[in-house]
Amino acid sequence: MKSVRTLSVAPSLLCLLLVAGCGGQAITPTAQPGAVSPVATDTGTLNGTLTVFAAASLKDAFDAMVNGLKEKGMSDVTYNYAGSQALVAQLGQGAKADVFASADAKSMEAAIVAGAVMSGTQQVLATNKLVVITARGDTPKVTTLKDLAKPGIKLDLAGPSVPAGNYALQALDKLSSDPAYGSDFKARALANVVSREDNVRQVLSKVQLGEADAGIVYATDAKAKPMPGRIMRPVPLGVGTIEIPDQYNVTALYYIAPVKDAPHPQAAKGFIEYVLSGEGQQVLASYGFGRAVQSK
Amino acid sequence: MERERIGSIARGKAGARAWDQPKQQWGRIVGNAALGLVVALFLGFLTLPVVALLLRVPVEALWSYTSNPIVLDALGLSLLTTLLSLALMLLLGTPVAYMLARYSFAGKHVLDTLVELPLVMPPAVAGVALLLAFGRHGLLGSVLEGAGLDLAFSTAAVVLAQVFVASPFYIKAARSAFQNVPVELDESAATEGAGRWARFQKIVLPLALPGMAGGAIMAWARSLGEFGATILFAGNFQGRTQTMPLAIYTALESDLNAAIVLSAILVVASFALLITFKVLSGRQLDVVGLGQ
Repeated sequence: MKSVRTLSVAPSLLCLLLVAGCGGQAITPTAQPGAVSPVATDTGTLNGTLTVFAAASLKDAFDAMVNGLKEKGMSDVTYNYAGSQALVAQLGQGAKADVFASADAKSMEAAIVAGAVMSGTQQVLATNKLVVITARGDTPKVTTLKDLAKPGIKLDLAGPSVPAGNYALQALDKLSSDPAYGSDFKARALANVVSREDNVRQVLSKVQLGEADAGIVYATDAKAKPMPGRIMRPVPLGVGTIEIPDQYNVTALYYIAPVKDAPHPQAAKGFIEYVLSGEGQQVLASYGFGRAVQSK
Repeated sequence: MERERIGSIARGKAGARAWDQPKQQWGRIVGNAALGLVVALFLGFLTLPVVALLLRVPVEALWSYTSNPIVLDALGLSLLTTLLSLALMLLLGTPVAYMLARYSFAGKHVLDTLVELPLVMPPAVAGVALLLAFGRHGLLGSVLEGAGLDLAFSTAAVVLAQVFVASPFYIKAARSAFQNVPVELDESAATEGAGRWARFQKIVLPLALPGMAGGAIMAWARSLGEFGATILFAGNFQGRTQTMPLAIYTALESDLNAAIVLSAILVVASFALLITFKVLSGRQLDVVGLGQ
């Protein structure tokens, strides 16, 4: 008797404690994801909290959409920002969400493979570019792209499974194929890498703190307001920026899709419509994102 | 149950009377059943995650994971850094523990509290604090730079984080081990002319050793599991600062099996350390004549 009860109660206890890990069984292949209601006026309304899983680099822009969304009747939106690959892992483990916005196609595909997003429902949300950011100081150690391969500098990148880290590797590949940088440019730059961060915002913070000399992040991250705070240094927090010319740069494609079995499919649809609308795109553009030109 | 019965025997007549009254007997049975159920539930809650983890170990692919560079690097780095941390804790923590155990001085309570502070400090707080103290632009940043020491993203930073969070486990245990050595032994040796170092070496140390070793093992286990302070202060780079817990965290986003294999290794290691600790702490009680 006792042991039977233990086995049946303990998992639900665990579920109470580890909220994210319990929705696994809820995803069934027969479910209707993002079902479209014919009643258009109903689209944006929301009862309960709409949960949006979004790539860390979208933070500032999505946070700024609060007012616009409120006008559409979506006043209760919760964001979970992390590296896209981390969000896919969470979705794959059954985390409840309504919308997933990834910083690359690879993560969106991984979410489809994991059964969290229905294939064909994803759309391009925005585009982005990479830049090199540098630590502020009297004698900056990195002032040109070539300095990334200079021995002894500390370069911080996002992990290779993080979209920003993957894009950074592609950009280093392109630089290496130019004789001006040398075929070993990527190898020499990678020898300077001191940490592989979990999301692109961690790279930004390590360079702002001056722990790393340089990092590769999205152009939108480099434009972010410096963190408030002070360290033992006369200059305020913040970063310098080195542009990566287009021929070496990568176009980051952001995708957005409703999550299969979303608790709020209508509101998810409304949210996606808003960020793809002229108004939503304008907010994204004001934070430096490129327009979603193509859709899939 | 056993204690309950002994209790009723000890109570003698009262116990016998209770035995005669079925109402009270039922009450006791229900009470015991409730107690047993709560214990069983909680035991299930504690062991189920470990069982679940071990059940999911990819047995057929286990061998390939033991040669996986991420797993190997994390294992090697964890072993190296925790052994270095352990050596530092023994070297620097033992005098502190001895001083706290054997001397009274002004500010002893302050020292005592400061030494134990990392025990109650969240590791993430320790990470931020270490960064602001020893980071490149921390309080000591320019001093360290002048000395040619650059801790940022280094293996040394991992060791510092581990020593910071784990040393109280050793110091607390070593202190009470020193305290448990009867002062009379020490004093009588002193009257026979034994010098301070000789007394420490020949009397105090051998008697305190099992307790010190128990503390060292707990401190070792704590540094093996150190995550928060490490990832904030030392960063996350394979082979240099990516210890096993960091590798687990990173692998969980790309390779569940690697995360499980590393976790299982840590579970087994922690369990072995705990058993060793239990054995040693039993022996410590025997040494000072307090054991059963």
